[in-house]
Amino acid sequence: MNPLGLTPDEWTAIVLSLRVAGVATLASLVPGLAVAWLLARKRFPGRALLDGLVHLPLILPPVVTGYLLLLAFGRRGTFGAALAELGIVFSFRWTGAALACAVMGFPLMVRAMRLSLEAVDARLEQAAATLGAGPLAVFLTVTLPLALPGVLAGAVLAFAKAMGEFGATITFVSNIPGETQTLPSAIYTLTQVPGGEAGALRLTLVSVALSMAALLVSELLARRLGRRLGAG
Amino acid sequence: MAITVDLALARGTFRLDVRFAAPGGLTALFGRSGSGKSTVIACLAGLARPDRGRIVLDDETLLDTERGLHVPAHRRRIGTVFQEARLMPHLSVRQNLAYGRWFARGRGDAAGLDPGAVIALLGIGHLLDRRPAGLSGGEGQRVAIGRALLSRPRLLLMDEPLAALDAERKAEILPLIERLRDAAGIPIVYVSHAVSEVARLADTIVVLEEGRVAAAGPAEAILRRGDLGAFHAAEAGALLDMVVEAEAPSVDLTRLSGRAGQLLVPRIALAPGTAVRVHVPARDVLLALEAPVGLSARNRLAGRVRGLAPLAEGTILVEVDCNGAVLAARLTRAAADELGLVPGMPVFAVIKSVAFDPHGVGRGAPAIDI
Repeated sequence: MNPLGLTPDEWTAIVLSLRVAGVATLASLVPGLAVAWLLARKRFPGRALLDGLVHLPLILPPVVTGYLLLLAFGRRGTFGAALAELGIVFSFRWTGAALACAVMGFPLMVRAMRLSLEAVDARLEQAAATLGAGPLAVFLTVTLPLALPGVLAGAVLAFAKAMGEFGATITFVSNIPGETQTLPSAIYTLTQVPGGEAGALRLTLVSVALSMAALLVSELLARRLGRRLGAG
Repeated sequence: MAITVDLALARGTFRLDVRFAAPGGLTALFGRSGSGKSTVIACLAGLARPDRGRIVLDDETLLDTERGLHVPAHRRRIGTVFQEARLMPHLSVRQNLAYGRWFARGRGDAAGLDPGAVIALLGIGHLLDRRPAGLSGGEGQRVAIGRALLSRPRLLLMDEPLAALDAERKAEILPLIERLRDAAGIPIVYVSHAVSEVARLADTIVVLEEGRVAAAGPAEAILRRGDLGAFHAAEAGALLDMVVEAEAPSVDLTRLSGRAGQLLVPRIALAPGTAVRVHVPARDVLLALEAPVGLSARNRLAGRVRGLAPLAEGTILVEVDCNGAVLAARLTRAAADELGLVPGMPVFAVIKSVAFDPHGVGRGAPAIDI
């Protein structure tokens, strides 16, 4: 059950990381798809601005992104104060870690989804419209199924990014064991204390294994979908 | 059933300004590529928006830019068959056929257009569990036609549905379109730049040239005209309504009879008594002043010169009235002068049997007056 000899604290960090990354990915799916679709199919004023905003976390130092999140969603932040009254608190909570991971993974997710949406033949969407399908039905029955491999790839990328996110998370929600101490934070902490090397190595191995597993799963899914589309 | 179309649009250097009305049946939009045919189809389907225009189907207005009215494609109930089949690659043939039908649930099928009948008409029963990737071009196009029909459309648009197919596949699908035209009662707007297709299928022809309507009217009148640009002059010809006769002088030939007389054409696989329409290109018709003797051509029809019209390149189009059916012959001006052709003059029209394009002989609407 525990071949690596993981300590309870290390287990906690792993489980927390999986939860943070899972929630961050799931919560980004719908907004990610919406933004990717807008960028892939629509021409509107402010399109370049939206594109830039989405990509910003990819370019900015993660610490800066984390600090901006703190300013916006901290307890006294622009939105944080209002959200706190509704009972939604991000600062120094695992939900804040999920928010930071979601923001950092968003550009990767949107890029992959947008590319696969752009690759869907718009003529098929036109054909669907002439057959009576409204815009939402066209998206759900034609665009999304055909773009699914790319959509999944985007989700896996975002998940992998979330598992590894460090800078923005630690800046925004600190490094509290059991609440905001994710795998990278735990590894960082272990490297800072004497005698922590063994624990850091164990968690590193876990981290590599999880990332590899995510990539393999996405590859398998994409291949199965590809076979379904190409089958005679 | 009537369609009124009035469209204007400018895209770069291309200008479209088209106005026509079609009474129903099969209306062919005819013209060379770049003449604006596909743009008109896209506007009819609701896939493109003209700068200005009006489209009225029966008494329902689908587009009126002056009133800011634009019914979106999915609410128009206009089925469209494109050049390529455009089947959904992630769905089976059966699911593709069901796709449009699902959105049209609640509306009844047109007479004879339930799924069983359509699948039988198009001969696609054995393909139902296949994926589009495994279909040939002709099979895919038949499924696409079926899918459009099963979406219960009030109007069917066909944008060069045979363009991507070879001659054999064309020969397989043309009779299906004839059957649709005659049996289904759904009006069809059919885009083509092939005279043989248009001659075979159309009740009404709208000729487009550089974004404008050069001519519009009943098929036999438009096809006889030779003044619609050099492109069309070479292809002018007559449409004759005829019936397949039982007896023929050899197994390779079929005898047809009609108002104009009798014609021998290369064998066509239709039962005796079937009404057919035959396209006789004007370039394949010779004129003689006396009954020709010692001539290899099998078809001689007696008639009177009805009119002469100058064509491009020093040629002349002579209309010959053969007992009420009008033939057209394209002659050089010199030949016409030598014969001294004037309206009312008795002449013999001579046509070689091999001149008939078997693809140009199509089923006609059931003839009444022969």
